[in-house]
Amino acid sequence: MGIGIVTATYIAASVLFILALGGLSNQEKAKRAVWYGIVGMALAVVATMFGPGVGGWSIILLIPLLGVGAFIGMVVAQRVEMTEMPQLVAALHSFVGLAAVFIGLNSDILGTHGLVGAEIAIHEVEVFLGVFIGAITFTGSIIAYGKLAGKIDGKALVLPFRHLLNIAAIIFSLILLLMYMNHSGSWTLYLMMIIAFALGAHLVAAIGGADMPVVVSMLNSYSGWAAAATGFLLGNDLLIVTGALVGSSGAILSYIMCKAMNRSFISVILGGFGGSKGPAMEIDGEMIATDVNTVAAQLNDAKSIVIIPGYGMAVAQAQQSVSELTRRLRDKGKNVRFAIHPVAGRLPGHMNVLLAEAKVPYDIVLEMDEINDDFPETDIAIVIGSNDIVNPAAQEDPNSPIAGMPVLECWKAKSVIVSKRGQGTGYSGIENPLFFKENTRMLYGDAKASLDQILQSLS
Amino acid sequence: MRIGTPKEIFLGENRVAMTPESALQMQKLGYECFIEKGAGEAARFSDKDYKNAGVKVLNSAASLYKEVDIVAKVRPPEDIEIKRLKKGQTLISFFYPGQNTTLLEAANKKGAHIIAMDMVPRISRAQKMDALSSMANIAGYRSVMEAGNNFGRFFTGQVTAAGKVPPAKVLIVGAGVAGLAAIGAATSLGAMVYAFDVRPEVAEQIESMGAEFVFLDFEQEQSDGAETGGYAAPSSPEFREKQLAKFRELAPEMDIVITTALIPGRDAPKLWLEDMVSLQKPGSVVVDLAAERGGNCDLTVMDKKIVSENGVTIVGYTDFPSQMAAQSSTLYSTNIRHMMTDLTPDKDGKLKHDMKDDVIRGATASHKGKITFPPPPPKIAAIAAKAPVAPEPSAEELLALEALKLKKAGSQQTALLVFGGLLMLLIGAYAPSSFMQHFIVFVLSCFIGFQVIWNVSHSLHTPLMAITNAISGIIILGALLQIGSSGFIITILASISVLIAMINIVGGFMVTRRMLQMFQKS
Repeated sequence: MGIGIVTATYIAASVLFILALGGLSNQEKAKRAVWYGIVGMALAVVATMFGPGVGGWSIILLIPLLGVGAFIGMVVAQRVEMTEMPQLVAALHSFVGLAAVFIGLNSDILGTHGLVGAEIAIHEVEVFLGVFIGAITFTGSIIAYGKLAGKIDGKALVLPFRHLLNIAAIIFSLILLLMYMNHSGSWTLYLMMIIAFALGAHLVAAIGGADMPVVVSMLNSYSGWAAAATGFLLGNDLLIVTGALVGSSGAILSYIMCKAMNRSFISVILGGFGGSKGPAMEIDGEMIATDVNTVAAQLNDAKSIVIIPGYGMAVAQAQQSVSELTRRLRDKGKNVRFAIHPVAGRLPGHMNVLLAEAKVPYDIVLEMDEINDDFPETDIAIVIGSNDIVNPAAQEDPNSPIAGMPVLECWKAKSVIVSKRGQGTGYSGIENPLFFKENTRMLYGDAKASLDQILQSLS
Repeated sequence: MRIGTPKEIFLGENRVAMTPESALQMQKLGYECFIEKGAGEAARFSDKDYKNAGVKVLNSAASLYKEVDIVAKVRPPEDIEIKRLKKGQTLISFFYPGQNTTLLEAANKKGAHIIAMDMVPRISRAQKMDALSSMANIAGYRSVMEAGNNFGRFFTGQVTAAGKVPPAKVLIVGAGVAGLAAIGAATSLGAMVYAFDVRPEVAEQIESMGAEFVFLDFEQEQSDGAETGGYAAPSSPEFREKQLAKFRELAPEMDIVITTALIPGRDAPKLWLEDMVSLQKPGSVVVDLAAERGGNCDLTVMDKKIVSENGVTIVGYTDFPSQMAAQSSTLYSTNIRHMMTDLTPDKDGKLKHDMKDDVIRGATASHKGKITFPPPPPKIAAIAAKAPVAPEPSAEELLALEALKLKKAGSQQTALLVFGGLLMLLIGAYAPSSFMQHFIVFVLSCFIGFQVIWNVSHSLHTPLMAITNAISGIIILGALLQIGSSGFIITILASISVLIAMINIVGGFMVTRRMLQMFQKS
């Protein structure tokens, strides 16, 4: 295959990738969009394999590699539970990061033959940048994976002088870059790689709990930029296009997540939850417990019900029971809808996927802005395993650490039922005045067990 | 301990303070229950029913008073009943200690403890024993029935073969418990209901019951219902004038007027004056629920039904709850039972008169030989005081704010473009042309990415992450290009890259497909 045909194929692949991402604007189109992506990828890989620059014998090596990789990917994709999606996504990001590091190292070994003048300097910067971003993505994703899978402590790690450490690492990397460009040897690159590994791990380790959705989308973005940097390095436009698409996608997701928490991107990246600016508002009233029979009776009488799922639902694996409850209530002619906060769960859109898995029709699953005005006309709001996203303190208490964060105003419903394990505070450790409101009843216990009992007592 | 209920001796009183049902509950609290023979007859509860519920039926009131420790009844005791009270005996009934001072003193002298059901404070916790509310509810309902009884036409509007029937127009004055119950009954019969109250905060409740709030355009700092324990307070003369003018305006149209306005501790305010009655159509009905306290209507005669000169029926009955004795007895006995539950915290059949409890303290009029009326104000306010509301920004302010935001965003964008342009120039000045070609592709792709991703639906963010994950596996191209190069280490590193990038590609796409397959429309 000549270089012209390869380039033409790359153009086709780029267009297909753009269509694949654009197709996700709607659930029905999305199913077709995936095929665009798959075809685009297949075209790109085949054209490259048979194009110039890949030796004949290496095809023999490639076939088993591709086969084994595809097989592992397939097995992983089929086995993964939908609740484990966040960690899977994080793990896959780390692969892109690692590949970027390897390709960068290889480029260094291959040297700068055939390049002149400024091209050499630019090439060296590209190598350095590719390895730097790749390394941060790699270790960052691994730490994120560990946190999401519960293999390491999810709390934010707060080292003394952590900001100084980060800045020092970046400055040191810059010095190494200058030395590398002055031909001090490949060791500068390796040293920088180690520093970047440490930096990536530290950056993610310092971010905890409820900020994880931002971290995952941020790493998504990094993996894109790593691919783009590799594209510059190899002079491959398809890599650049795809990397830029993925990079901007991740950046937008991070932005949406930050907006939903009313926090600046910088403060999330720098880690730790912002401290409160003053004493928290006094909460009066008491938490009033209820039981499954009462809830079942209330549900029988209600006309309009809104369910607000959170990470707790995923933890309790309660989505099937929620779906069954929804089906039964809808059969009785009740208006049952779901309210999803943008940061519910540990991944952007996490709740939507879990509910879809449990066969909840997507047209009754609504976003925060679509449903917030409907709460005053709602008879019962059921909060299942969410906490901060329904915290009225965000609106009522200017001293609250989450003040100003947009929240689901479920307390405006006629009555609120909160399914919760115990009386503790949520991930962020902020007291939730919702639980003390007069129209709120607490349903203690495992969400799945409670829902199953409600299903039984529902006439 | 023993609790007993005598037959009501007040003429025409049909209610009874204990029903077989409440007796069963009382026995669960550990009490032995007694009832006077025939006490429940008028409310359709036979002695047999009581016996079946485990209640001992006694032949005379005298023997009942002798037997029991606690007497539960409906009406305030008459002189003869006071005489029967023993020292240390507890009497639970309506008492109106404010009006019945001599009665209270007499009972106090006998050494009896008096719990007045009408003095239960209006706080959330005590709602279950608020007998005034449960009786008012019945009175409100019954007043509509009584009005219908005296009203020669339909409530609901109909179009029939024999002609069109307009719906009746009903005005309810005073939207307390009785007023709201009347609104509910009248709207469900199909009438057009208007309601008025001096407390503007009840407008919402009125509308929620399906009536129209009669709005009075009056600039005045309205008294807050919370200060007066949820009851109405007397209004200023100017306000009253305005109010009467409004009523005069409404009077010719209204077929039925039900007045329920009461101010605690005062005579009923006169709100429906003689001239308003004369403005009404013949055949109209006025039901005055405040008749016992002098009536809201000028013409009301207590306990009588009269017809005005222009043919308006004015009902002044005061025994509405008693007219529905079966219903009101059930509710009242439940109120009593809840009071007993609070008085028996250990459920051991022993009365524990805890004067520290707000509700019990409030209801107690005489205790251990001392008159304890009036009670101190309750510690908890009946209704939370209104929080001051911050002024809403006006429309112009909002517009100005919006414009300012837009301007700021615009200038930010301009600054960003200028800065970006300068950066490009800087790069272009030094970088070789081969780099610049790639750079164009990069910048344009970023823009396309931003445009495309904004359109992605929120619910598909997880599939978006998975698919971007898959296509970021495009990095495999880099590894493919390097694998053919000479050098052992390069080949090894490139091979690993190919392998993991392939996992990424296949895993990412398959998981995306799996997820999207799950999204189903209902």
